[in-house]
Amino acid sequence: MNRKLIRIIVSFVLMVIAFLLSFDLYRNILFVISYVIIGYDIVLKAIRNIFKGKVFDENFLMTIATIGAFFIGEFPEACAVMLFYQVGELFQSYAVDKSRKSIASLMDIRPDYANVYREEIEKVSPDEVNVGEIILVKPGEKIPLDGVITSGNSTLNTKALTGEVIPKKVGVNDEVLSGCINNDSVLKIKVTKEFGESTVSKILDLVENASSRKSKSENFISKFAKYYTPVVVLIALLLAIVPPFIIEGSSFNDWLYRAFSFLVVSCPCALVISIPLSFFGGIGAASKIGVLIKGSNYLEALANTEIVLCDKTGTLTEGVFKVQEIDAVGYSDEDLLKYASYAECFSNHPIAFSIKEAYGKEINNEFVTKTEEISGKGIKAKFFGKTILIGNEKLMHEYNISFKRSEKVGTIIYVAIDGKFAGTILIADKIKSDAYKAIELFRKNNVKKIVMLTGDQRNISEEVAKELKLDECHFELLPADKVSLAEELMSQKSVNGKLVFIGDGINDAPVLALSDIGVAMGALGSDAAVEAADLVIMTDEPSKIATSIQISKKTMRIVKQNILFAIAVKIIVLVLSAFGMASMWAAVFADVGVSILAILNALRILRVKFR
Amino acid sequence: MKYKFKIKNLDCANCANELERALSKIDIIRNVNISFMTERLYFECDDKDNALKEIKKIIKKEEPDVIIEEV
Repeated sequence: MNRKLIRIIVSFVLMVIAFLLSFDLYRNILFVISYVIIGYDIVLKAIRNIFKGKVFDENFLMTIATIGAFFIGEFPEACAVMLFYQVGELFQSYAVDKSRKSIASLMDIRPDYANVYREEIEKVSPDEVNVGEIILVKPGEKIPLDGVITSGNSTLNTKALTGEVIPKKVGVNDEVLSGCINNDSVLKIKVTKEFGESTVSKILDLVENASSRKSKSENFISKFAKYYTPVVVLIALLLAIVPPFIIEGSSFNDWLYRAFSFLVVSCPCALVISIPLSFFGGIGAASKIGVLIKGSNYLEALANTEIVLCDKTGTLTEGVFKVQEIDAVGYSDEDLLKYASYAECFSNHPIAFSIKEAYGKEINNEFVTKTEEISGKGIKAKFFGKTILIGNEKLMHEYNISFKRSEKVGTIIYVAIDGKFAGTILIADKIKSDAYKAIELFRKNNVKKIVMLTGDQRNISEEVAKELKLDECHFELLPADKVSLAEELMSQKSVNGKLVFIGDGINDAPVLALSDIGVAMGALGSDAAVEAADLVIMTDEPSKIATSIQISKKTMRIVKQNILFAIAVKIIVLVLSAFGMASMWAAVFADVGVSILAILNALRILRVKFR
Repeated sequence: MKYKFKIKNLDCANCANELERALSKIDIIRNVNISFMTERLYFECDDKDNALKEIKKIIKKEEPDVIIEEV
């Protein structure tokens, strides 16, 4: 690369000197020297390629155009075309290199080594560590393999993985993912997955392979290039031969000059490079916020999102059942929760966990003298001589306790103490605060319809749908119903509209596959979901999908600008030079200038801050 | 089986497209895909050794500077 730069500078200086010289012979010799310095490799490649019959090769076209220009006496043009062509090439490889690097650094999560306990602590390559071995991760080091903490407490920086800035607290028995950075103190981790199977490898693979699924725009431009060059070269040939014979008094040199301009403009590369570059940047921008897009085609499709189909539990709601409200009668809320927790102390039911979690204090179950599970209804327990009944309405009826029926939405737990109604505890799933933001962003990005589907019961579902102002809500669905509903919605959208399905990736495989873009959320660690989805969100924030739509729209805007701009400039310059109104300088601009501008435009996507 | 190789020294995006087209004509490999940005060659085939031989033959003809390596 540096050698090319030196060649460009030397050649440029010689060219400038040549311009200043007045004596024609020296001047022309300098131009030729300048040309040889800058263009010898292109000419050599051209000679090599012509023996292979590759007449539409860029090197060949440039060589013909420039050497031809020498022959008709246009020395400065010949030289300048080659010089600018090389400047363009240099710039191109610089830009490609830079964006490759910036994405590589974005994905700089690959650990270099692991400290593994064997006879003593050994520093080995992560892929040499076996499942079940214990590794040591010091503060500031990357966790090299997925595993479970066996000792130590610390916080992890997961930013490279999830885009999340707030460190995550971890302790013994917590699962940790490779690629996170250990912040505070030493952790011992028991490895649960080989390196090839661990999160880091999966993610790197996914991002790397993303550009292999090409978008329609890429295929379009590649097809366009396939026909564009031969057509322009053919016209150039006709321009050189036909008009001088037809038009009286016209000079061969004049038409040759126009034909050479055509050859300069006929090079397709400028057009082609900016498109994959833009998509590459878009995919990079998405991975920066913790969204893995499995292909350029999906990034392209996202921009046309028309219908968003969301699973409820775990996607719009937190998927964890928590005590939301305590309504005590004759006791304080605190006391009611305490009695309830003690009564539930032996239970493994999810509801018992929610109650105990809300209570938050240690429960000494020695005080609970007798518990009895009343199947399908609840629990009867004795605590400090008091008889506590805790369960559903049926339990209250069974013990003839008069109670006030709660109209709240969720699971309602009734409590009675010593035969008297003592209040209710409402346990419900909570809407994610991020869900509001997601819905708002979807609307802003022209999503026409947001539909929720769930296997959950009617009142709970409708409450969530109403709260989030969704367009449709389908509840009490069996897996098969979800599929037919998705099919129904797929038929409703417009020709170019896309349907995005967002789920937690578990049991959703058929719907994920059916929709245009299947999104698995919070899917880190779940291999099946990562496999089935087209988009993987590494955190559990649905708004990231809305942000991805923004990234997609931005990318597509840049792609369209580049396609239109490049094709328009090329055609304009072609027409002008056919009529002799544009010089070879303009032709060089149409090739190199357009290429540089398109690349600069494409690189913009990497600099935009998406949140 | 699906295979992935590193593909180096591709001059430009269009050359990548042209090479991809040329490789697609090899009948013992399928779904040929070249990503210029990530410098990767993807393809599917049943007989890797023969496929590689064919691929290298085409590369030598089309883009002699290009080399492929195992990832």
